[in-house]
Amino acid sequence: MTNKELKLKSVYLRKNILKYIYKAKAGHTGGSLSCVDTLNVLYNRVLNIDPQNFRTPDRDRYIQSKGHCVEALFVTLADRGFFPESDLETLCQHQSHYIGHPTKKVNGVEQNTGALGHGLSICVGEAIAAKLDKKNHRIFTLLGDGELPEGSNWEAFLSAAHYKLDNLYAILDYNKQQITGSNKEVMNTDSVHEKLEAFGWAVKEVDGHNLEELEKALNNGPLEDGKPSFIIAHTIKGKGVSFMEGNIKWHHGVPSPEQFELAQKELDEAGALI
Amino acid sequence: MGKANQEIFSETMQELAATDRNIIAVTSDSRGSGKLVPFGQKYPNQIVEVGIAEQNLVGVAAGLASAGKKAFAISPACFLTARSLEQIKNDVSYSDNPVKLVGISAGVSYGALGTTHHSLHDYAVLRAINNMIIVAPADNFETQQAVRHAAALDKPIYLRFGKKAMPFLNESNQSFEFGKGRIVRKGDDMAIIAAGETVYPAWQAAKTLEEEHGVKATVVSMHTIKPLDTQLLDELLANGRPIITVEEHMVYGGLGEACASYLFQQGAKNPFHIMGIPDEYTITGSQEEIFNHYGISRDGIKAEALGLLKL
Repeated sequence: MTNKELKLKSVYLRKNILKYIYKAKAGHTGGSLSCVDTLNVLYNRVLNIDPQNFRTPDRDRYIQSKGHCVEALFVTLADRGFFPESDLETLCQHQSHYIGHPTKKVNGVEQNTGALGHGLSICVGEAIAAKLDKKNHRIFTLLGDGELPEGSNWEAFLSAAHYKLDNLYAILDYNKQQITGSNKEVMNTDSVHEKLEAFGWAVKEVDGHNLEELEKALNNGPLEDGKPSFIIAHTIKGKGVSFMEGNIKWHHGVPSPEQFELAQKELDEAGALI
Repeated sequence: MGKANQEIFSETMQELAATDRNIIAVTSDSRGSGKLVPFGQKYPNQIVEVGIAEQNLVGVAAGLASAGKKAFAISPACFLTARSLEQIKNDVSYSDNPVKLVGISAGVSYGALGTTHHSLHDYAVLRAINNMIIVAPADNFETQQAVRHAAALDKPIYLRFGKKAMPFLNESNQSFEFGKGRIVRKGDDMAIIAAGETVYPAWQAAKTLEEEHGVKATVVSMHTIKPLDTQLLDELLANGRPIITVEEHMVYGGLGEACASYLFQQGAKNPFHIMGIPDEYTITGSQEEIFNHYGISRDGIKAEALGLLKL
């Protein structure tokens, strides 16, 4: 896949996020749009995984700690061939496996997540197991900035550095907003770079909407041997749709028919410029 | 007299680790309390220390289990089943990662340390979580069997151990299966259903009832609180005999209420009483003193039995 095709895929995935949230009349719109570039790069450039034979022991792991942005994960998995995209027509419907958070009942999902502050600890366990077994696969998680205050994350940060888990990569979808307002207003997580370095992680900041930068940060081995890698992906909540960008009402806002059409048009126009 | 069940836990872990490198003990600065210091010395690559961080303990164990390790997450029951409850609910049970949760120094084993260190809620909270087996072995035999069976099990399980040396109960009944109560004494006049470290005083009470009053009681070690052995309960309720349950747990939500719920729904009219720790600020003292205070003792259980039998 060329870089251009990868960029076009981000547009397509954004359109699908909105399509299925619009259909389901529910979903985490702003956060899904902020993290989908990371997912696009992970699933199409980074992760060593086989949609037809997902649970092979040596696969790379991706565990989405910010489980509520499941729409970004589902559209990416569908696009990557883990299940037919038409399955997403049932999103959030009675007895559908495609619910509002990741579940292992969906092919390609590693763990059931949704409660915040859980993904990283599970990744630490996976990463320790890989080290014990002398395996080379890598473990990735996506954290939301809103979940950073969960104390369990900081327990996990300590242990990942203690065990020198350089096979572990945590990506922070740093859109700096959460359901109530900005991170700064709700619970200040400033200096996250310095905090994580102080916890013994190697840290790199990237533009979370720049696919090349993301790929470079995630595909060149650990940022530093002997340390877990923390990638701060600076993002914009609602990225790609002008009236959603940076507006917290779109945290889990569902577009009206007019807004939906307008958003699709904007994304098509953006795609045409790539 | 045998050893403390948690010592047998540690010995069995060593026995299993000798031939299975996938056996992993995950500890939260709890290897001393869990009698796992020798395990750690013998198998340094099979122990993962997370420090005093119980949420991470269970999350890390879930990750290890997901990667195919036989992960035992070991921490005092009071912390394990409260501090890490959300990790148990989501990362173990809901995600179906076959972690073996090991609650050590359970119940009021840490009697004099106070309520912070008591676990009188663990059966109740874990019973309310889908996909969780709850086991409180009574003696060294059941402990060894439970640990071996848990290691081979591909499902989430909670094992609960105390720190007091336990006697050997009924060596003639050496059968063990999760979900099957173990009868440690037989009699038709009444039944005492107990779990964990309360089985011994129940057994003592039954012995005294027979010697002093000619009352013959069946004593069941209902080591598996969930799933409950309803087949055995059907047999016990059959002749309308009085039934007493005894547990080192609050009387709400534990073994007694599990039995009561089943029996009542079967239309049982047996005289029935739940013995355990009442809903109050628990007194302190040694485990034995607390047991005696609340009647979880040979004499206390005997007195309750005589009351139900109207003797």
